[in-house]
Amino acid sequence: MSAVTATTPPRASALAMSIRQNRGFYGAILLLAALYLVYNFIHPRGFSTNVFIANTNESVALAFVAMAQAMTVIVGGLDLSVGAVMTLTSCIASELVRGEPWQIILGCIVSVAAGAGFGLVNGLVIVYGRLQPIIATLATGAVAIGLALLIRPQPGGEVDLDLNWAVTNSIKDLAETYHLFEDGEAAWLQPIAWVPVPLLILVIITAAVWIPFRRTVTGRTLYAIGSSEGAAYMSGLPINRAKLWAFTLAGFFAGCAGLYLAIQTGSGNADIPQAGAYTLNSIAAVVLGGISLLGGVGTVIGALIGALILRAISFYFRILSIDPLLQPLVEGVVLLAAVSLGAIRTLRVKNRLELFR
Amino acid sequence: MLDGKAARPFAELSGVSKYFSGARALEGVDFSCREGSIHAILGENGAGKSTLIKIMAGVVQADTGTLTVEGTPHRFSRPSEAAKAGIVCVFQELSLLPDLSVADNISISDPPRRFGLIDRRAQRERAEALLARIHCEDVDPRALIRDLSLSRRQMVEIAKALGKNPKLLILDEATSALTSRDVETVYNVLAELKAEGTGMLFISHRMHEVEALCDTLSVFRNGRHIETFDKGARTQDEIVKLMIGRDIVHKFPPKPPALSRKPHLAVTDLKWENRLNGVSLSVGKGEIVGLGGLDGQGQKELLLALFGVLRGVEGKVTVGGEGGIPSSPADAKGGRSRIALVPEDRKTEGLMLPMSIADNLLVASFDKVSQGPFIDPAKSRQAVADAIAQLQIKLNKPDDPVASLSGGNQQKVVIAKWLLTKPEVMLLNDPTRGIDVGTKQELYRLMRELADKDTAILFYSTDYAELIGCCDRVAVMYDGRIVTEFSGDAITEEALVAAALNITRPADAPAREAVPA
Repeated sequence: MSAVTATTPPRASALAMSIRQNRGFYGAILLLAALYLVYNFIHPRGFSTNVFIANTNESVALAFVAMAQAMTVIVGGLDLSVGAVMTLTSCIASELVRGEPWQIILGCIVSVAAGAGFGLVNGLVIVYGRLQPIIATLATGAVAIGLALLIRPQPGGEVDLDLNWAVTNSIKDLAETYHLFEDGEAAWLQPIAWVPVPLLILVIITAAVWIPFRRTVTGRTLYAIGSSEGAAYMSGLPINRAKLWAFTLAGFFAGCAGLYLAIQTGSGNADIPQAGAYTLNSIAAVVLGGISLLGGVGTVIGALIGALILRAISFYFRILSIDPLLQPLVEGVVLLAAVSLGAIRTLRVKNRLELFR
Repeated sequence: MLDGKAARPFAELSGVSKYFSGARALEGVDFSCREGSIHAILGENGAGKSTLIKIMAGVVQADTGTLTVEGTPHRFSRPSEAAKAGIVCVFQELSLLPDLSVADNISISDPPRRFGLIDRRAQRERAEALLARIHCEDVDPRALIRDLSLSRRQMVEIAKALGKNPKLLILDEATSALTSRDVETVYNVLAELKAEGTGMLFISHRMHEVEALCDTLSVFRNGRHIETFDKGARTQDEIVKLMIGRDIVHKFPPKPPALSRKPHLAVTDLKWENRLNGVSLSVGKGEIVGLGGLDGQGQKELLLALFGVLRGVEGKVTVGGEGGIPSSPADAKGGRSRIALVPEDRKTEGLMLPMSIADNLLVASFDKVSQGPFIDPAKSRQAVADAIAQLQIKLNKPDDPVASLSGGNQQKVVIAKWLLTKPEVMLLNDPTRGIDVGTKQELYRLMRELADKDTAILFYSTDYAELIGCCDRVAVMYDGRIVTEFSGDAITEEALVAAALNITRPADAPAREAVPA
């Protein structure tokens, strides 16, 4: 009856498909790889674990803040409070993360929970107050900075020094500090003993939080909202719950950034320009990592890559004799180039009215 | 084949009414449908078909009346509740999420899970099975919706609906976006579903489709259920008459005697994507040409193409013998062509709602009220005052936001804005939609006045009475091309409806005139 023949055309491999659907993300990985390889080639001392550890240390806070930003951009929002929440939690951590081991652990938990709690408040204001994320978080960000100044009017704090040493060095140093795994001499540990702890922290948090979350119905709803909120609603998806989760997780990641910053610097500082710079850089990182500002496209891992790209650019200024004052200019040009590549797609739109929707 | 006819209906509506901000969408409707049968719903634009199925599918709630499914009364407050009761709808506006994959979309509301997390392999297999059922093995479940053609998306939408195991499947114009190959496939699938005992409600504007597929037909008109009958009980002509019924007569300004006019706007073989398939049309100076046909046959795309909104349009367009296809709205309104478009959606495309009435009036003609780079306040005030007087726009102050006006007056602002550009060609996209009767009549009069001043007017309307009352000629579109043109007394409701359904009646043959040269 039917002329339809059920011949299945050969299918693209999973990787080819994934590359075609996530050009921005794979482009970002290539860019990062190229930047970091060249950096190590022209580095006066070549590749060394010490430089690698120092580089990762400087990248963790921005990476977490970018991941926080990604959560809200995927639902089609924007969070202007991520830098401020990071600052707030770093000030909290600078008060709490010291003393007995149990106090230190509790202090870490409280700091990150404070970030998540602040994110939840953002979410409640946005979902139930029906405010636009950009203005709601502009306001709550100012509140966060205010709280940070109350906690720490002057920079300072005495974060546990062992912890500072342990998490800003290699796995071996971590084991040595806390007398784990035969003081880091266990044979099985040796192949990974050189890995920087900051990198390990990033990988573990991403794998434990983002990867499972993405596979929940709530996680998928984030993408559905960013893609077409009307269709998401009509499909009966839990829209409010998903938005609350998005902002709570954003607060959680910002809290991780603040905690790490406090441990890394050994202190807390309610630094207003720094908070602003982190927020703006997080938006740049998100875009560089292939996340659409319109929502629905991209992953938190992309934001992580984007943050590393921004940091990799800054490393160049140290080893080449370029005026560091040019750094914002170069970062701006890279961002502009990356965004322009992403905009090529709009040339294919046939109905120009769609460009404005 | 109608063995189940005596059985209790699967779903039954009684005394259902629905009003949208005072306007009647459905009134006192009794309606029922059975399992294992395909039931067509016919009616003109705005007859209440969409509202009927939205109530059954839980998208909107009836104001009065009851809905009974398998003997139990129901009141669905959302689509998922209707789906639980076995009623699933394939909507005309797609409900797919463009940035998610085919498999994600098919299982969006209830994905297969393992340990609380979505099981992507199971989800992919489920999508593959459902796609195979509708013979769409060529669709990769991992592909993103936004990378698929419209026809494939529609098939995914059908697969998604089948995944909910419907007992009653509602198809609202589900075949309108399909390629002929897919249409064939869908027919076969529907026949299989019917054999398995699924009931189907089928809304289509394609008469031959309805004849081929359906067992029962119901006609709706002006929000009322007119009649239900078995296939073959009525001829096509009788069905068309039922769909039209008697209508309220509008007051239209008298038409001038038919003249043979030189074409001013001439369109030849216009093509765009698969929505315009070779449109040829001409409008003379001082002539009002109507665009008829059912919704979505390419009328809107034609107007957008003539106004320079669409990219990749092929064919020839001349205004006054010169020019080509405009490259943008700025190009269309300026230069020699002087085209104006009153767009489909006045709230998003026609007006800047928070801005003042004065600014909205001037927005297309700032060049005419400027001195060098500066907007001249005296000239602008004069232009605004003239425009308000000409269209008799009822307002408080020209500085009020345009959002404060009624719908009819807002539409007047849109039209006045374009009149300030002194257009030679006026394109109107359903300008009277959602406007009160009084303002409608003012607009009809205005159109005729403009025509008398030598403006060429191309007027798309979903209301046949308007086309008959206002137009010197009417071109009826079907499937992206103009199938018939009527002029003068040949413009009748029967002729328009029959042409819109692409039924060729013997009486139409002489009416199909050549375009006046």
